Amino acid sequence: MVSEHADATDGDTTALALKILVAGGFGVGKTTLVGAVSEIRPLRTEERLSEAGRLVDDTEGIDRKVTTTVAMDFGRITIRSGLSLYLFGTPGQDRFWFLWDELSQGALGAVVLADTRRLADCFPAVDYFEHRHIPFVVAVNCFTGARRYGTRDVLRALDLDPGTPVVLCDARDRDSGKEVLIRLVEYAGRIHTARLLDSVR
Amino acid sequence: MTDHTTGADRGRPGSQWYDNEAGPLVRPYAMTGGRTRPGPEWVRFDLIALVTRVPGAPGSDDAVLGPEHRTLVRLCRSETQSVAELAADADLPVGVVRVLLGDLVELGCVTVSRPVPPARLPDERILREVIDGLRAL
Repeated sequence: MVSEHADATDGDTTALALKILVAGGFGVGKTTLVGAVSEIRPLRTEERLSEAGRLVDDTEGIDRKVTTTVAMDFGRITIRSGLSLYLFGTPGQDRFWFLWDELSQGALGAVVLADTRRLADCFPAVDYFEHRHIPFVVAVNCFTGARRYGTRDVLRALDLDPGTPVVLCDARDRDSGKEVLIRLVEYAGRIHTARLLDSVR
Repeated sequence: MTDHTTGADRGRPGSQWYDNEAGPLVRPYAMTGGRTRPGPEWVRFDLIALVTRVPGAPGSDDAVLGPEHRTLVRLCRSETQSVAELAADADLPVGVVRVLLGDLVELGCVTVSRPVPPARLPDERILREVIDGLRAL
């Protein structure tokens, strides 16, 4: 049974945790970004799959006995006592979509990390968040040696809704990572306010 | 995964069914007595649900609790922890931690907070606070 937090009666002191997802293709820098902004060493947590794995591991009969372990990176930023931001690096492989469903439940928003050399890698993440109406920003990780593109080019190449923020970033840099998160929280706030207005219209 | 023993668990009903032959395939759930879902009133704890120790409740040195239960209680001692952090710090799969936390809630050792439901996502004031907090980091 789940109980409300001990001091849940007092609106001001209720401990609040907000969740932000970091998605994108394999090797795009999700773990790096989480590590750069997190105040704790990036922790890894494992989800052991058995039942769920059976449904997706369609590998000719050997599936039934397979237990797969998926690791998720996560980090924490304490805003103040009782208000923390949790970052989750989503598992890269497409077959772990169902894990995304759990992760994205109640998420404030998502950062989709993109590498302009392999832009297609972030399409699934973009699709996923668009379909579920989860606010997201696209953060272009500027790898050394990769050709720089303007945010407008990326917006167009990904066929994003015009309002979707595209930010150039360096996933290794703490300030750069912070900026990405700020843009996301601002954007998520705007989206939620707009939805609220729509619902009372 | 840490090597675990069932020494302290052996007296508990439902925890004696497995043997060494079962191998690593079932080991995580051996800690939960084979259960994959917590308690009778099953609610899946969110990864960011916050776990708080109940003051004065059975603690990490209580013999009633299994070793993994005690580990979790000990980890909650210093500060409120999320389910995900507990899983990482205890080096246990999230699914196992959920079951064990269900036990601890039933025993009155910890409380687990409900995360903010999506429909009530934080008001403007909180988001402003988050943005200012991030800037100040």
